[in-house]
Amino acid sequence: MQEQVFFQNALVYLIAAVISVPVAKRLGFGSVLGYLLAGMIIGPFVLGYIGSEGEDVMHFAEFGVVMMLFLIGLELKPNLLWGMRRSIFGLGGLQLLLSALVIGSVAVFLGQSIGAGLAIGLTLGLSSTAIVLQTLEEKGLMKQASGKASFSVLILQDIAVVPILAMIPLLAGSALSQGQDPREIQYLWGLEISGWVQVALMLTVISFIIVAGLYLVKYVFRIIARTGLREIFTAAALLLVIATAALMELVGLSPALGAFLAGVVLANNEYRHELEADIEPFKGLLLGLFFISVGASINFSLLASSPGTILSLLAALIGIKFLILFILGRFFGIRGGQNTMFAFSLAQGGEFAFVLVAFTAENGVITSGVSAILFLVVALSMAVTPLLLLLNDKWIMPRVCRTENTGEEDSIGEEDSIDEEETPLIIAGFGRFGVVLGRFLIANGLRATILDDNPENIDVLRRFGFKVYYGDASRSDLLASAGAYKAKVLIVTVENREKSLKIIDLARRNYPHLKILARAVSQEHTYDLLDRQVDGFKRDVFESSLHLGMQALTHLGYNNYRAYRLAQTFRKHNRKVLYELHKHHREDENKYLTETKRHALELEELFRAEKKDQAYSRDSSWDISSRREEARKLQTPPTEE
Amino acid sequence: MVPKNKIAILVFHPLLHKSRVNSLLVNAVKELPGVNPRIMYDLYPDFAIDVKEEQEVLLNHDIIIWQHPLYWYSSPSLLKEWTDLVLEHGFAYGREGRALEGKKVMSVISAGGRRNNYGSVEGVKFSIRQLLAPFEQTVSLCRMDYLPPFVTHGTHLMNREQIEKTAETYASVIQGLLEDSFREEELLQKEYINDIIL
Repeated sequence: MQEQVFFQNALVYLIAAVISVPVAKRLGFGSVLGYLLAGMIIGPFVLGYIGSEGEDVMHFAEFGVVMMLFLIGLELKPNLLWGMRRSIFGLGGLQLLLSALVIGSVAVFLGQSIGAGLAIGLTLGLSSTAIVLQTLEEKGLMKQASGKASFSVLILQDIAVVPILAMIPLLAGSALSQGQDPREIQYLWGLEISGWVQVALMLTVISFIIVAGLYLVKYVFRIIARTGLREIFTAAALLLVIATAALMELVGLSPALGAFLAGVVLANNEYRHELEADIEPFKGLLLGLFFISVGASINFSLLASSPGTILSLLAALIGIKFLILFILGRFFGIRGGQNTMFAFSLAQGGEFAFVLVAFTAENGVITSGVSAILFLVVALSMAVTPLLLLLNDKWIMPRVCRTENTGEEDSIGEEDSIDEEETPLIIAGFGRFGVVLGRFLIANGLRATILDDNPENIDVLRRFGFKVYYGDASRSDLLASAGAYKAKVLIVTVENREKSLKIIDLARRNYPHLKILARAVSQEHTYDLLDRQVDGFKRDVFESSLHLGMQALTHLGYNNYRAYRLAQTFRKHNRKVLYELHKHHREDENKYLTETKRHALELEELFRAEKKDQAYSRDSSWDISSRREEARKLQTPPTEE
Repeated sequence: MVPKNKIAILVFHPLLHKSRVNSLLVNAVKELPGVNPRIMYDLYPDFAIDVKEEQEVLLNHDIIIWQHPLYWYSSPSLLKEWTDLVLEHGFAYGREGRALEGKKVMSVISAGGRRNNYGSVEGVKFSIRQLLAPFEQTVSLCRMDYLPPFVTHGTHLMNREQIEKTAETYASVIQGLLEDSFREEELLQKEYINDIIL
């Protein structure tokens, strides 16, 4: 019976997502709002398809945030992160501090104790990583000033969760005015441990993650990649993220922070693109699930019973956070529309608030009545965020930009450090063919992203300083994470005909701006490439056989230059013949010839055409025998005949 | 006997295997000590001239010879490519470009027309020396001396014997250059270097 419930639930969630998200996207609302709406509709207060288990689902789905931070970590190299320290600690730190102070004061003013006020302030000062990053990414804002500033603030908030969690039990003391301090003693596997031991444990775990990420992970993945089993690779990628999160949780640190750290450590890893491609769908689904459960948790009956209070609290929360963010944004040099975007995007309460509110109530810092209201306000603020951003897009941005045009350009023109990695060139396949090509291009100072699914190659090449990534380029997600949307040229050198065509078709479909150059591995494949009108192709053995042919001629006594010219002529003529044969070939296909029969026919045709070519292979302009003949005739008087 | 001068003969002929005059001229001198013949179309069939190596060759010889048939009153295209690439600014010419200073250059030309056909009213309007002006000027810009050219006329109608005789003359010119036995003022007055022997 349990199983039946699972299927029913899965059915409800999936139907809701599949219907509402495309509709929301179509209407220009973005996927986040779509999920939230879906959640509201199927939730207990509208259709009632899902009930109390929604909260469990939410806890499970929060793991999507962990994955998201892991993926973001992968994009950020340590030195880039270091470069953001000012905005993380300055902007992020001030944001949280000021928001906590102001919101806390309001709470105290509304009758909460000072301890409760502080807890509420800190809790509501946090924003929603899931909503903000998902929305910014969808809008393509991650690399603009507002996106980068938002990201810095979110990183600080993730770090801050740890001390906040540690602080709340202490606040309970002042709230209940009792000496009770339930969390002072920590337990680990049933053993009492002191605070110092815990700090030591945290440091050990963090250094373990860094060391393992830098030195251990690639060997494990290399072994797994060699098995050639895709699903095991995916399983290993998931294991990596989950193990990190579990470790962090064990010592009382934020799993999201741990995943982020692991991501940063692996940002230089050769399996980076593959990891990204593997985790991405899980992250997307889990986040979607998370948004749905947030939507479902919105308590409409509470809202209906005291709409005035709830809505004014909501307005106050967003208003206070917006103002503080806006002023800080100004102070930190974010201009014009970028700043309103930044302030709106972080003005909501976050998913950590759900955890913290529950935790605060558990510790008796606030009453369950207050916690229900806070819960509702946070959920509503999250639901409102996509709408606010839409409003900003449609109404505020156009106005602000008109008045502050120059500032706008300044902030967009900043260096886009996150994609420092991206290169104009992607080489798919780095075997014997690709390696020469790659060496040539890299020798000339061009940077290329190289994708290869042979772990042996990668090992050697990376040792020589090539940027090679493990993965099968015929998968669209991998091509995407290799930066296909920004690259200019894709060179396909894989040896397998089907795979080569698959990559080309995929790239043509998804990235029409890409110039595609391909290695042709057979006559058939050449025709396939001609069909697809790739921007350039070379038959892999053609040039080298021709060159050996030239060398043969010189050993037979031909001058080098003569042999060279003969090869030039042959090459040119062969190219012409190829196009003709291609046309014939496509016509012949209807004639149901067997493959071998056609090969024989084509070879014959080829030879016949090249024999004709002999007539052209003489460089007659340099040959003066005809002129010598003419001079001799002119000299001889006609009468002497 | 150790020759006084070292001579590099750069032969530019795309169809040397079919040539009657130029191949014989090469054969007549290629064994002489001090002579370094270089068959340029064989060395650079793809025109990818090795600039460093060619400059080394120039530095290591006292006299440079450009040997080629007269194509369209000028040289085959590889010689043009060679001058464009090898005679670099700062090496061959320019304020710092003194590497070739004092060396001598000579053109060895074969032409289908007779000598009196050049620089005449009814034939070719310009004399061979006039046509070679760009080469002479190039040499002069590189602070080198341009020797009178060795010219073989009327190649279309020459028989084997005549060509062999020309090759002998050519060999004695090269021998003279190797031993530095010509008097400089006398040499520079001649229109063709052939004239000093005949």
